[in-house]
Amino acid sequence: MSKTAISVSNLSKKYGERMAVSHATFEVPLGTICGFVGPNGSGKTTTMRMLLGLITPTGGSGEILGESIKHPEKYLPRVGAMIEGPAFYPALSGKENLNYLAILGGFSTNRVQGLLEQVGLGDRAKSKYKTYSFGMKQRLGIAAALLPDPKLLMLDEPTNGLDPEGIQEVRTLLRALANEGTSVFVSSHLLSELELISDYLVMLRKGEVVFTGKMSDLMLDQQPVIIAKGAHDGELETLLAIAQAAGHRAMIRGGAVHVEGPARWALDLNRAAFEAGITLSQLTPQLPNLEETFFEMTGEK
Amino acid sequence: MWNVAFSELRKLRRPTLFFGTMGAVVFFSALFSSLLFLLIDSPDGNSDRGRVVGRDVLGLATGGVQGFSSVGGFLGIIALCVFAAQTAQEYTYGTLRNILVRQPGRMRVLAGKFIAMKLFALVMIILSGIISVTASILLAPRAKVSTDLWFGADGRHALLTTFINIIISVIGFGTIGMVLGLLLRSPISAISFGVLWLLIVENLLIAVKNSLQDWMPGAQLAAIASGGKPRGMTTGIEYSHALLVGGIYVAVGAVVASFLFVRRDVSN
Ligand SMILES: Nc1ncnc2c1ncn2[C@@H]1O[C@H](COP(=O)(O)OP(=O)(O)OP(=O)(O)O)[C@@H](O)[C@H]1O
Ligand SMILES: [Mg+2]
Repeated sequence: MSKTAISVSNLSKKYGERMAVSHATFEVPLGTICGFVGPNGSGKTTTMRMLLGLITPTGGSGEILGESIKHPEKYLPRVGAMIEGPAFYPALSGKENLNYLAILGGFSTNRVQGLLEQVGLGDRAKSKYKTYSFGMKQRLGIAAALLPDPKLLMLDEPTNGLDPEGIQEVRTLLRALANEGTSVFVSSHLLSELELISDYLVMLRKGEVVFTGKMSDLMLDQQPVIIAKGAHDGELETLLAIAQAAGHRAMIRGGAVHVEGPARWALDLNRAAFEAGITLSQLTPQLPNLEETFFEMTGEK
Repeated sequence: MWNVAFSELRKLRRPTLFFGTMGAVVFFSALFSSLLFLLIDSPDGNSDRGRVVGRDVLGLATGGVQGFSSVGGFLGIIALCVFAAQTAQEYTYGTLRNILVRQPGRMRVLAGKFIAMKLFALVMIILSGIISVTASILLAPRAKVSTDLWFGADGRHALLTTFINIIISVIGFGTIGMVLGLLLRSPISAISFGVLWLLIVENLLIAVKNSLQDWMPGAQLAAIASGGKPRGMTTGIEYSHALLVGGIYVAVGAVVASFLFVRRDVSN
């Protein structure tokens, strides 16, 4: 029995000249909730489609529950998934849609009503799918993913369109499933959606994995930042050069220079700026902030 | 494969789809067969394209299934539409990804869907047969058509062969519908392309150059349904020729579409 729920190595997908996913390499341990974050178009859905055998990778390899992704029939019976939003037959009811998928997958239809209740659709089970609200459709998608009583659950932006209560319910549900031993791989373009529930994180930027590891490591990884600004325009470049010359990573953002470094280095920066004839109008040490890091790791550089 | 077929049948038994289609089948079967007898003395003809089918022809052993046979081409077009829509909508609804996650064997998905749709087509054909034969039996006395030969051994044989020919033809049309659905991935394009081709383009081409009749897919399948050359006619397509050429079209289409379906990325 393998120890990883998902393990991919150099997984790539090229569309024409564009690499939608480029040499993605990461592992998701069994029994954890793994957040899969990246901005729009970073390749989350494409990666998930490759893991489900829907599209063929142009390079690399992967394993799900110990089986190669070249043979999806070996692991898919133990995997539940919702990719790129819910998709059902509009003229069938929620219940009929789930019955359809249950029979297709060779599962018992006995669980269907229970699942509908679990996602809060118990009283609308017999309404046609096309009469559902956006959030209800999303919930039906989650119920469908739970049909096989999965060892691995793959959800692509499951909280999209849900109200705050719904988002909370999904979090509670995922946590409960993980506690029972289900591995969860869940994507979002917002780290804030996932930071509360993820044990593990894979971060994508333009098809490349920029971070993979425990959530707690990401926090440790984070550098405090010093934000500095001169009294006059055009001094930012000089400040940037000073910081870089001192061996710090720095960049200009939002009309100020952001320097990675401990708060005490602010004193050195102040002195160097003074020597360069710059009077600082702002000098703020800032503590690590996840969203900021995410932005830094996944944003344009 | 059977799981796919069973689940597919649940979709096909949806009341609007099932009763809608069967309603159309009943209506047109009754209409075609009734007109054959009701308009028997009309100078504008009583059969498709203004052909006149006289009392002598209707009085033959095959007379009882004449109506059934003429509605065969129409059943084919219905099958084409149903098969095309049921296949292509998996792309437009995005439901194909759910299907393939639950059943990654893509050939099995195709085979299962095909079996379910064949059953649907079979129900359609049996219903059409019952309606058109019943209508013929009821209306023959009024039209002074002798029905003596209909109930003999030759009559039973005619019923059986017509039934089998219509099944072959309808499944051929349905397969073409499924192929179009897989290739075009949109119900509207697949149906409009299929219907326009069969009803308009082929007829135009044949009108321009008559010999093309022997090579058009729709004409072959229609000829199979009507059992080859109409009796007593010199023009028309030979049954065995229709079976061969039509079979080649359907087989090539099916192979190409399945190959693409199995290989192609599913990103809808
Ligand atoms: N079928 C396709 N053909 C061509 N390019 C594609 C196709 N599917 C995806 N892409 C490209 O691959 C890249 C990654 O897309 P993907 O849908 O995986 O992003 P994502 O991370 O899921 O984004 P989002 O948060 O918007 O859902 C994008 O640049 C997209 O344009
Ligand atoms: Mg996406």
